Amino acid sequence: MTEKTTPLWEVFIRSRTGMAHRHCGSVHAADAEMALQAARDVYTRRGEGLSIWVVPSSEIIASDPAQKDELFEPTASKIYRHPTFYEIPEEVGNM
Amino acid sequence: MTSDLFTYTLRLADDAAILGQRLGEWCGHAPTLEEDIGLANVALDHIGQARNLYSYAGEVEGAGRDEDQLCFLRKEREFGNCLLVEQPNGDFAQTIARQLFFSAFMLPFWRKLTGSRDETLAAIAAKAEKEAAYHLRHSGEWTIRLGDGTAESRARMQDAIDLLWPYTGELFEVDGVVERLVADGIAVDPETIRDEWHATLRRVCDEATLTLPPVGWMQSGGRSGRHSESFGHLLSEMQYMQRAYPGMRW
Repeated sequence: MTEKTTPLWEVFIRSRTGMAHRHCGSVHAADAEMALQAARDVYTRRGEGLSIWVVPSSEIIASDPAQKDELFEPTASKIYRHPTFYEIPEEVGNM
Repeated sequence: MTSDLFTYTLRLADDAAILGQRLGEWCGHAPTLEEDIGLANVALDHIGQARNLYSYAGEVEGAGRDEDQLCFLRKEREFGNCLLVEQPNGDFAQTIARQLFFSAFMLPFWRKLTGSRDETLAAIAAKAEKEAAYHLRHSGEWTIRLGDGTAESRARMQDAIDLLWPYTGELFEVDGVVERLVADGIAVDPETIRDEWHATLRRVCDEATLTLPPVGWMQSGGRSGRHSESFGHLLSEMQYMQRAYPGMRW
């Protein structure tokens, strides 16, 4: 089986407890339906899943690791964006 | 009456156990990693069904035999599985065709058996029905892709269908055991699911650009213990542990 006939698909599973689908791995499959089946067989064997997404790996647009500094570095100094930066008045209670 | 129920339950158990064993032979040998796990999953579904059915058969028999003894300590001629499930894996297409023929039958079979007057069989059927639905989907989708695939895959899929077709007649066989249990509201009359079975296969084969053979002459013998030549070899492998280490447990 070649990459051309069975391309790579990224698998996302929504678990019983979780709200969002999470990336859990990848499978090779000829098309979307077979990718769903393969994902079910490989990644939901222990009762992990309630829903599966498969996405062609080639359709995922990734950020360039070389741009790491310009993308992410500027946020490092902005500690006021973290909720822990502020004192929460007692009367507010749990947020 | 009790012995009819024992025989009937045991046949269902043997079908599931032997197909599970055959599918298990693919473990580590399937065409892709994904399919290796996929086939093992199907095998384990069948083995799970077999365990429940053997346990119940042992209970019905009331002679103290448990699931292990029924599965691993009976001889070739005592097995009542249909010939279809014991057919060798062959190439991948043959494995898929065998599963398609069987699961297309078992899905409506289990659905009907959920209405059985026997509560244990009905409960086992309710669990097995969902598994059979996935087995049919899995084998059906593969049949479509292999049939409507390359010249090579199409030829192999058609060969597999032609090769295994004569083993499908046995799924519909009715002997005295089945007849009496059907009359009693316990067993499923296979004739009532023939149309659905055939329609399922026709739908899959149409989409796969494959041809279903005409009904024709059919193989027979499994239900009365007359098996294929390869069956003894299957048993010798499956039963090795219990025979070499009697009474061994996990």
